[in-house]
Amino acid sequence: MTEELRELYRYRDLFYTIVRRDINVRYKQSAMGFLWALLMPTLIVGAGVIVRYGLALASGKHLDNADIAAVAVKSVPWAFLVSSIRFSCISLTTNTTLVTKIYFPKEIFPLAAVLASLFDCAVASVPLVILLLVLKTGWSLCLFEVPVLIMTMIVLAAGISMIVSAGSLFFRDVKYIVEAVLTFAILFTPVVYDVQMFGDKGKWLLINPAAPILEGISDCVTRQQWPELSWLAYSMVFALIAFFGGYAFFKHLEPAFAESI
Amino acid sequence: MSDVALRMEGVYKMFRKGEVFNSLRDLIPALTGRMFNRQELSATDRREFWALQDLSFEVRRGEAFGIVGHNGAGKSTALKILSRIMKPTRGKIHVDGRLSALIEVTAGFHQDFTGRENIFLHGAILGMDKREIKAKLDQIIAFSGLEEFIDTPVKRYSSGMYARLGFSVAAHVNPDVLIVDEVLSVGDYLFQKKCIQRMKEVIRGGSAVVFVSHNLKNITEFCRSCLLLEKGRTVKIGPAQDVVSTYMHRSRSADAADDKTPVRISKVTVRNRCGESLRFQSGEKAWIDVEICANAHCGKLSLSIYLLDSEFQSVFDTSTERLGLGNFSLDKGQVYHCSFELDLNLVDGIFHPCFVVYRYDTQTLYDIWEPAATIYVSSETDVRGVVNCFPKVVRHEIQAVSEPSYAPPADTVQAMPDGAGLAR
Repeated sequence: MTEELRELYRYRDLFYTIVRRDINVRYKQSAMGFLWALLMPTLIVGAGVIVRYGLALASGKHLDNADIAAVAVKSVPWAFLVSSIRFSCISLTTNTTLVTKIYFPKEIFPLAAVLASLFDCAVASVPLVILLLVLKTGWSLCLFEVPVLIMTMIVLAAGISMIVSAGSLFFRDVKYIVEAVLTFAILFTPVVYDVQMFGDKGKWLLINPAAPILEGISDCVTRQQWPELSWLAYSMVFALIAFFGGYAFFKHLEPAFAESI
Repeated sequence: MSDVALRMEGVYKMFRKGEVFNSLRDLIPALTGRMFNRQELSATDRREFWALQDLSFEVRRGEAFGIVGHNGAGKSTALKILSRIMKPTRGKIHVDGRLSALIEVTAGFHQDFTGRENIFLHGAILGMDKREIKAKLDQIIAFSGLEEFIDTPVKRYSSGMYARLGFSVAAHVNPDVLIVDEVLSVGDYLFQKKCIQRMKEVIRGGSAVVFVSHNLKNITEFCRSCLLLEKGRTVKIGPAQDVVSTYMHRSRSADAADDKTPVRISKVTVRNRCGESLRFQSGEKAWIDVEICANAHCGKLSLSIYLLDSEFQSVFDTSTERLGLGNFSLDKGQVYHCSFELDLNLVDGIFHPCFVVYRYDTQTLYDIWEPAATIYVSSETDVRGVVNCFPKVVRHEIQAVSEPSYAPPADTVQAMPDGAGLAR
């Protein structure tokens, strides 16, 4: 595997070029332009506000700023995870000629899709910060934890993206399965709601490896408290296994790509 | 680094024919079905298809190696294995240094990007780093001849411009091993000449080149040695000239198996004064006998004979019609015999006599043997070119003269501008 990673490093120029291509394609000649990056998080925040409002009404409480801030903070990394899986899933099949004609490490495609989605995430972070300031969210040293959490999210996204991209190359219906899972995944993940709301049963929700990361980000940013380390460690281990397992899986199948696509 | 840049050793490649499951929806029922029905398993195993069998060759630095064969002979598979896009089922490949492939020259292009952006994108895909591309950018643009349009999105390019830009990028990668698949046919005549020139530079620069083309002239021009593939097997490997003529002979005999054509050439023999022979002295007479059989009535036929040189350029061409014999007609079951007598006033080398049976007024080509044979001409004197004019030096002396003798005689000079002789 070290040999393969070294080769990937040798092709880093190509990797950046493909990332830039993926970003350019998304922003060039589209009227939406940067608004595209905001679309998903905005929709999630909108949905979150409605859900939170309903919950507040049902329990006879008020909807406060912290609730909205929590949804907003979690919506951006969640949108990143979803869009990186969605784009990487089709990244090999939309580049058929390159896959079948020219040799280079093919994991560049799903990984570039992840990085291009990260760019969207960065774009969306700007209005997010403004929103947090408007909502008068406080700050603390816990914010230093956020890059680590984002990094874990990226590693997790990269691992999943390599698995689904290779899978959808061999089986055309993987794309539809992934799409269906992504549509409903938000209901199984604490994005518009918090794990706390479920009390003791909340730990079952944290089995979803994205959940401790999102809760962690929310803890650091909106509640100014350190996230729960044991669950975070679980997510990190899961992300690393997904990454290296996904990479090994991808590399194992790679020689068969050209004849199967 | 060793002298050998590329080596293939006993490479086999197997594909599975028949049912390929490309969706889980089909695969899962098939797998469960297979668990209960063992016979099906062995049936799929039998559908193996060997695209390559026991392929071995090596290419040295500064040398070009050609691969010829019909469509489906395994050429593309061989190239894909060489460029590591596919893994061989068995066997070893050794590549020393950077490998680059000119297979699909526009594969990396993105429609919405300008020509310049695409140079960077495609260059990176072909393995160049940014510094290298920047250094060669002007050279690449100049080579493509697209200076005016380089900042236009390539989706507005014509297909020729598109291919030219692709080739220009690819031609400026300086690899240790270069794989070229049928890409020298892009652009117009001038651009093709430029491409061929560039290829020669790459070879002279010390790259090993593997070259696949249906243009046999290009193969013989570039490659010292060549490989002939047929149904995945090596038929012949050796000097390009020999392999290409073997290839042509074999393809002709494959065509001849078709009995459906109404008229076909059935036999060609080449004789010298003493009997059948393929070796001739320059200036010797050759007799070539042709036999044509008819399976149905055909009228107004002509038989054309022509000679190709070692690079498959035509050097001589005539026909029974042009020789004043008129047309001939054949009824079913009739055989036409024709013998040509040729003075082989040719220089040292290999020539291929070829025959075509055709009907001029309907432009129908009934049968073609290209080549019908290969003859070897040797000459005692050192003459080069195509035609042996049997030169003799009849005067050979050095004189001392007092006045310069190179000025043309006065009357010739006056006749020239006047041009009186031509005008009338």
